[in-house]
Parts: sequence; structure tokens; C-alpha cells
Amino acid sequence: MGQYFSLSAASLSLASGFAGARSVLEPAGAEAQQIAILFWIMLSGGAVIWLGVLGVLLHSALFNRRRLAEKSASRIILWGGVVFPSVTLCVLLAYALWLMPGLRPFAQAGAAGLRIEITGRQFWWEVVYRPAQGPPVASANEVRLPVGERVEFTLKSADVIHSFWIPPLGGKMDMIPGRTNRLSLLATKPGIFRGPCAEYCGTSHALMAFSAVAMEPEAFRSWLAAQAIPAEGAGASGGALFLRHGCGSCHFVAGTDARGLIGPDLSHLGSRATVGAGILPNTEDAVARFIARSELIKPGSRMPAFDMLPPDDIRAIAAWLRGLQ
Amino acid sequence: MRLIPKEIETLWTLFTAPVVWAAHFLVCYIGAALYCAKPELIGLSFSAVRAGIAAVTLIALSLIALSAWLAWRQWGFGRDDPPHDDPTRRDRTLFQGFATLLLSGLSFIAVIFTAMPALFLTECIR
Repeated sequence: MGQYFSLSAASLSLASGFAGARSVLEPAGAEAQQIAILFWIMLSGGAVIWLGVLGVLLHSALFNRRRLAEKSASRIILWGGVVFPSVTLCVLLAYALWLMPGLRPFAQAGAAGLRIEITGRQFWWEVVYRPAQGPPVASANEVRLPVGERVEFTLKSADVIHSFWIPPLGGKMDMIPGRTNRLSLLATKPGIFRGPCAEYCGTSHALMAFSAVAMEPEAFRSWLAAQAIPAEGAGASGGALFLRHGCGSCHFVAGTDARGLIGPDLSHLGSRATVGAGILPNTEDAVARFIARSELIKPGSRMPAFDMLPPDDIRAIAAWLRGLQ
Repeated sequence: MRLIPKEIETLWTLFTAPVVWAAHFLVCYIGAALYCAKPELIGLSFSAVRAGIAAVTLIALSLIALSAWLAWRQWGFGRDDPPHDDPTRRDRTLFQGFATLLLSGLSFIAVIFTAMPALFLTECIR
């Protein structure tokens, strides 16, 4: 039964977290929608111009080979080579500039109901929700946001330059050490999206991702309320092994003595769509593999491999972590 | 005193329009950068910065239009067609006039493109 459960959970998260929308061209947010429209306009406009130029070329090479008078040739150059491109570029530039304030809606401080603070680290994402009311809620490697409500992201980096991007929603925006960048996004459709790190940040840059989950506002609020308190399974037996083997010196798990702040917060690991910062489906097997062989799964990360632990202990810790819903 | 300068033969007139373009570019970019980095130093609103950019742009476009008119005159108001490639003083003058006219056209468009963001952006990106 357990086997079956983890298998179905794996296929579920594979279906939703990995095969899910990750393209700018499947917009699920206001900003991405505008970018997609701009893309289609550019693409179709470019195609029309390309066909036109090719048509003129073929026409003059195959069907109409007589020499043009110098006067009419100059006129073609003036209109086709100077006036038309200048006007087209002017219109495109005006359109793109007109889009800009909407694509970078730098909400005034306090205008957005929810602020999410994200700090890029080699090679994971520290996430802190700061709702207008209530305490801040810490999480990692997963960003949830309510559909239809503008969310402001505060983007920082603890080591090197990373870049925050949820293609179907909008962005991207660099995370620069010593600076705070802001980005605001408005999700318009619920769904699970993949957010990659969009700026090369080291050995495991390509393995640094997160899942973004756009939820109905009510579901989001009850989820956030549940995240603010320790998970139910925190007191279960695997937790003792977690602490005994020293995991708690790097990882924080609410409701236990694990208070480390070096690695990702694992308080509600079981509820996340992926593990290992967006690269593995959230299954007991994947968690166990990550504990034992982290340096193989994520080269260059600061988490040491714990393959010296008894396999049963690893399995028990993985089961306990998966239980932290 | 004459309003429109006399026709002179020097290579310097060729660069008038691009120099106006460069100066306009620097004024717009440095002005906006200064304002956005230290708004309290200048003490103006962003609308004032936009109005300033508009004024500088109008001046730049007028200067370029004047340079274009002078070049058009030097080119003989288009009476002769290019290429002006005979090794004569007359063709050299016409060629320079035509080249200056084209450069003025390029600078005119470039100044418009440089100033266009000020039409749409209403605040500094922080």
C-alpha cells in the first residue's frame, strides 16, 4: 500500500510539477499574457515582412527582370528601405514602451496584500511569506500565491547572482547580493508551474528550480494558516533520528529542536510538489536518495552526503519528512 | 545679422546632427539617472524631469532640422542625383551635403527613439 501510495504521488507530482506549464506562451498571469501577445505580434509581423521581402525578391528575380529607372529605384529605396522600417520600428518601440509600466508594476509599499520574500542561495530558494495580517511564514523551494491577487516579491541573494522567473506568470528579475529587487505578479489561473533559476550561479545552476503553485484565494489562506503552525507529524519517531544524526544543525523544522538556518526549512516538506529545489518528485525514495547521495544529485551543494547512516535510519527520516504535511 | 548661416565648406558641418544626437542622449540619460538615484538632490517631480526631456528633445530636433536644411541647400536642393563621385570641387560639395542630409535624418529618428521612454514611464524603477 505504501509502495503504491508513493508511486501514485510520484506520478501525480511528475504530471503536475514537471510536465506542467513552464512556457511563457501558456500564460497564467497578467504580465505573461502581455508578453505572449507581444511575442505573437512580433512573430506574425516578422513573418509578414519576411514573406513580403521574399515575394519582392522572387518577383524581381523570376518574373520581372527589366531594369528599373534610377528615379523609381531610388523611390523604392526611400519608401521600402527608410520610411517603412523607421515607422515600423517607431510603432514597435512605442508599443513595447507602453507595455513597460504594466510589466513592471512596482506597487507602492503596502499596495500588495501579500509580500513574499525570496532569497536565492546556491542552489535553493529561501521563501518567507509576509501577509498583511499574521506572522511571517517560512518555507523553501516552493512559492504559493493566490489567484487574482497581486503579490509583491522581494528578491535577494545570499551568495551570487541568481534570477527569479516563473515563465507562465511573468518576470524575470535578478537577485543580486547586497540589493533588494522587487517584482510583482498577478496570477490569473490556478496551476503548478516550474520556476528555474535564470542566471548562471554555479555547478548546480541547472538543478536550481522551484515549483510555483497558484491557488484559489480561500485555499491559499487556509494553506498559509496551516503552514504557520508545526506539522502534525513533527513529533513522530523519525524526528528523533533526524536530530540525533545532526540534521537539525542545518535545517529548521517547526515544533522540534531542529533550528538550523543554513539549509532549507523542512517544516512542511511533505506538502511540497518537489524536493531538492524543484528537481525530484516528492517521494520517500527521492528524499532518501537525496539524504544519502546529495553530492551526486546536486553537485556543489553544501549538504554533505549521509550515506554512512544505516539505510533503515535514512528510510525512517525520509518517511518522517514526507509526513510533515 | 543673418538668421540662416552662410554656406561654408568644412567637414565640421557633417557632424553637427550626430553631435546634437549625442548631446541629447547624454542629457536625457544622465538627467534621468541622476534624478532616479538622488531625487532629493534635484528636488523636482518626475513630471518635471519628463517635461525637461521634452524641452531638450524639441531643441535637439530643431537644431537637427536646421542642419538638415543647410545640408539640403549645400546639396543644391536635390537638383542633381547622386552619386557625386567626380573628382571636382562641385561634386565634393554636393556629396558632403547629401551625406550630411542623410546623417541628419538618422539623428532625427535617433533623438525621437531616445526620448520616447519619457512619454510612457511615469516613475523611476526602484
